[in-house]
Amino acid sequence: MTPAFTLRAKDLIGVVILALLLAVVLPLVLDPFRLNMVGKYLTYAFVAVGLVLCWGNAGILSLGQGVFFGLGGYCMAMYLKLQASTPEATKIQSTPGIPDFMDWNQITQLPFFWVPFKSLGFSLLAVVLVPALFALVLAFALFKRRVGGVYFAIITQALAAIMTILIVGQQGYTGGINGITDLRTLQGWDIRTDSAKFILYFVNVTLLIGAILLCQFVRRSKLGRILVAMRDKEDRVRFSGYDVASFKIFVFCFAAALAGVGGAMFTLQVGFMSPSFVGITPSIEMVIYTAVGGRLSLLGAVYGTLLVNWAKTSFSESFPELWLFGLGGLFIAVVLLFPNGLAGLYRSYVEPRLGALFGRKRPAAPDATPAPAE
Amino acid sequence: MFMGYSLGELGSIFAMQAFAGLILFSVFVLMSLGLAIIFGQMGVINMAHGEFMILGAYMTYLTSQLFQAYLPSLNGIYFFVAMAVAFVVSGALGMLVEWSMIRFLYKRPLDTLLATWGLSLIMQQAFRSIFGAREVGVELPDWMMGSLPVTDTIEVQINGLFVMGLTTLIAAAVYLLMFRSRWGLQVRAVVQNRTMAGAVGISTERIDRYTFGLGCGIAGIAGSAFTMIGSTGPTAGQLYIVDTFLVVVFGGAASLAGTIASAFTISQAQSTMEFFMSGSMAKVLTLLVVVGILMLRPEGLFVLKVRR
Repeated sequence: MTPAFTLRAKDLIGVVILALLLAVVLPLVLDPFRLNMVGKYLTYAFVAVGLVLCWGNAGILSLGQGVFFGLGGYCMAMYLKLQASTPEATKIQSTPGIPDFMDWNQITQLPFFWVPFKSLGFSLLAVVLVPALFALVLAFALFKRRVGGVYFAIITQALAAIMTILIVGQQGYTGGINGITDLRTLQGWDIRTDSAKFILYFVNVTLLIGAILLCQFVRRSKLGRILVAMRDKEDRVRFSGYDVASFKIFVFCFAAALAGVGGAMFTLQVGFMSPSFVGITPSIEMVIYTAVGGRLSLLGAVYGTLLVNWAKTSFSESFPELWLFGLGGLFIAVVLLFPNGLAGLYRSYVEPRLGALFGRKRPAAPDATPAPAE
Repeated sequence: MFMGYSLGELGSIFAMQAFAGLILFSVFVLMSLGLAIIFGQMGVINMAHGEFMILGAYMTYLTSQLFQAYLPSLNGIYFFVAMAVAFVVSGALGMLVEWSMIRFLYKRPLDTLLATWGLSLIMQQAFRSIFGAREVGVELPDWMMGSLPVTDTIEVQINGLFVMGLTTLIAAAVYLLMFRSRWGLQVRAVVQNRTMAGAVGISTERIDRYTFGLGCGIAGIAGSAFTMIGSTGPTAGQLYIVDTFLVVVFGGAASLAGTIASAFTISQAQSTMEFFMSGSMAKVLTLLVVVGILMLRPEGLFVLKVRR
């Protein structure tokens, strides 16, 4: 369970390889439909990367990441829905100019919290800020009172449940169980065409690589080391004079903001947002992507997300019966047999061989670099 | 919202609502007692708890089918046999799970959560493959149907009364087992100080296994009782898991009395609010209040003071 304070150059190589794979190899070999699907999976990778920081590094297991993914996604969807609901496009409704599902629910005026989403700038800000602020309130209340570990996990899970019930129950304001569908244009640019999806895929990959680099930066900073110290011996960090709660609040909000970006990219690429990406099941599935990839490895989390989703799609296409058995077995196997996931396997089996292949010695205990004494 | 009702009618409405709340209370207690033992006492987060309940429910369904096919004359008492079957099967499966999975994870409570979630997926799919995706229901024996009129406007359902009686019985049995028996003493000793308990000669491994089995067995009985109120589907367990965990956490995880008190509070709040607003909003509001109180009082209602 050694934290991955490996050499900077090696990390960069990993990021470059991932970037090449996502931005060059996959677009060349996959047809537009499959590429869009990969793009969809990569939006979950934002959540998984955030979870590496939050869960792997800081030891805070959140079972409510779906909520933040959903908040980001809904912010984007609200903007796109308003774009698609111009008075001309909706003139057959009894109240033109409001989203169709509101009209079906006998709502005659745009609710106040929908109004600011007419502006693109506000919506883009909201994609990041709404999840982060929500996380801030939650984290502030919980971490300041030293609620952690299991209790935190259960409370976040309850929030995921609350959020789903709320969205489904308030049909007139949220689109209910169907979610917000039939999204068309972004500032007049049709997002449903193949070329738009192609461009959005690259936007997504760029943002994801940016997010990974940002996370690397956080992990390398002094703050990242305090997070690890906190995970392993919280009391000692507290007694050394650090305000443990603030660090936890920061990392949780950071992960939430990343999840929000992922959600927004999901909405853009898939063309709708619904409560089925918010609730308990998707939230836990996002945790398993991280666990499969390796909870301590940012790149591993991306590969884990791709792998699990790819397996899910191909299995549930051909053997729907077996898929849940497979997924369940995967959970158990990852936890019992290789708790560090794919990245752990890579580090203990592949990397030494690679090193031998290139005639290099394995970097001796990379995490033994002296921590800044403070 | 009180317009149009006379005082007497209002009284009956509240009485009926309170009775519905009591049934919900019994259900919550049944659901959360098993989890309070597993999570509160052992610290294992069993996300498959709901599936163990559904296992109990399916066992009840199977027993009722068998009785109808082979012993139709004894149909009146099949339910008691079914509860025993549900307890034994769920308990045995629980012990198997503890032996094969949980015992490796006692030091990593968050990982038990992931592993048991995997287990719950497998169990769900197994239910779906064996019993089909459609919900099944059991036929209640004649004596359990209908309702007792208390006054002209208030009546109570017999199956609800039965569930309440059953809950009281099981809660009493758990109390006796945990606080008045030698075995319960050993369980509590292991929970409070595992090393010392082992040092004085308690087989902690065996205690762990039986404790986990007991928790799962009670979940099985809870599932069995559920069949009298509603139907059973393969994914029904997922619906209960959040409520159950909140009840246990809200009550103070280590305290069985706290679990019962919090089940009472939550169920009464929810059923009262259901009268004033839609069911989903009542649920949201209840959960929000519970989460809010947990933020103010993270250790729950009842705190067990243990020196660590």
